Amino acid sequence: MMDLQKHILRVGLLLGLFAIVATTLVALTETSTREQIKENEREALLSGINALIPHEQYDNEILQDTILLDATEELATEGPTTVYRARKQGENVAVVLTAVAPNGYSGQIKMLVGIYADGTLAGVRVINHKETPGLGDKIDEKKADWIFQFEGLSLTKPASAKWKVQKDGGEFDQFTGATITPRAVVGAVKRALEYFRSHGDELFAVTEEES
Amino acid sequence: MNAYKQIIIDGLWKNNPGIVQLLGLCPLLAVSNTVVNALGLGLATILTLVASNGLISLLRNQIPDEARLPVFVMIIASIVTIIELSMNAWFHELYLILGIFIPLIVTNCSIIGRAEAFAARNSVGPALLDGLMMGLGFTAVLIVLGGMRELIGQGTLFSQAHLMFGEAARGFSITVIEDYRGFLMALLPPGAFIGLGLIVALKNVIDSRLARREPKVAVVEAETVAG
Repeated sequence: MMDLQKHILRVGLLLGLFAIVATTLVALTETSTREQIKENEREALLSGINALIPHEQYDNEILQDTILLDATEELATEGPTTVYRARKQGENVAVVLTAVAPNGYSGQIKMLVGIYADGTLAGVRVINHKETPGLGDKIDEKKADWIFQFEGLSLTKPASAKWKVQKDGGEFDQFTGATITPRAVVGAVKRALEYFRSHGDELFAVTEEES
Repeated sequence: MNAYKQIIIDGLWKNNPGIVQLLGLCPLLAVSNTVVNALGLGLATILTLVASNGLISLLRNQIPDEARLPVFVMIIASIVTIIELSMNAWFHELYLILGIFIPLIVTNCSIIGRAEAFAARNSVGPALLDGLMMGLGFTAVLIVLGGMRELIGQGTLFSQAHLMFGEAARGFSITVIEDYRGFLMALLPPGAFIGLGLIVALKNVIDSRLARREPKVAVVEAETVAG
């Protein structure tokens, strides 16, 4: 009887010991990689923003010059999102905001939309989607050039009524076999532009905490 | 030497984790829609399998038999987490490509299967080899299935190779069938199940052909021994 108890105790202690060692190793790795991962993510974010707004066009610390935008119906965002503001010598240059196309073929399509102060598009990048591989995923810059066509467009170019895919009588190509995905993206980009037209000043406004 | 040969044959063919043990189906079916994806998951799986087999074999005399399963789970989960964190920090480019596959590996039961069936009973050398061979066998199935689905689904092979091998690999992509309209089902989950079924069937056909030839060889051998 004593032996069995001893044995159970031994196994339990060993199991505990393994748990402690494993947790320690994971915790140590986490601590030693945390800074580097944060730095990598910062760089990835910055290069994502720079792909929309070339670095020469602004001189502020764009990752710090941000506002937190609450869930916005026009942008279909469901939680707070960060808006990045690009300025040069104090002049407003552009904003980068998050917009969501809620009506993709399989769920939401999340995008970063860069808009210059005059309301023209700096560019659009899809950052998260679950569209069908080989069909709808052509909205991803890595898979096709489709998303680049938005650069330089605005609500007047093409005319507002033409902000649709060709199938719906608009200007934008759909892909073979996938109309729903590009339709959703075009719609969301248009809504983002409209939101900027009516709320642009608020997006650029300097908040108290930052100054 | 023969034992090593047996390990290699087991991992790659006779006891292949993908088409014989049918372990690790969750990641296998989910990530085999293109060759490049298949290769990514395959590489990440090999790395984890070798690391977990090696470590478990090294600790096999310390691990109490009654509590071995929780210890294995702990070791595997720790390895996967450590690999993911380290890759994210120091090989960020690689992480952006393979990173999404690494958490999926936790759902691959062939890893704990190998820990229990092999690594806990063998010394480090064979355990490492077993991990490598099982990983390679799994990767081979992934690539064959990925190739089938990509070819039938969108008429290409190695598309988006540049995501894994850099810009220079953009030319790797082969459009096998020009102006192919695509066959969506091959890319969707049903295509994965049907494709895997076909591969398993093909393996069984090959095996039964081999088996039909084998008895003759065995007889001949027996005769030589007798003679």
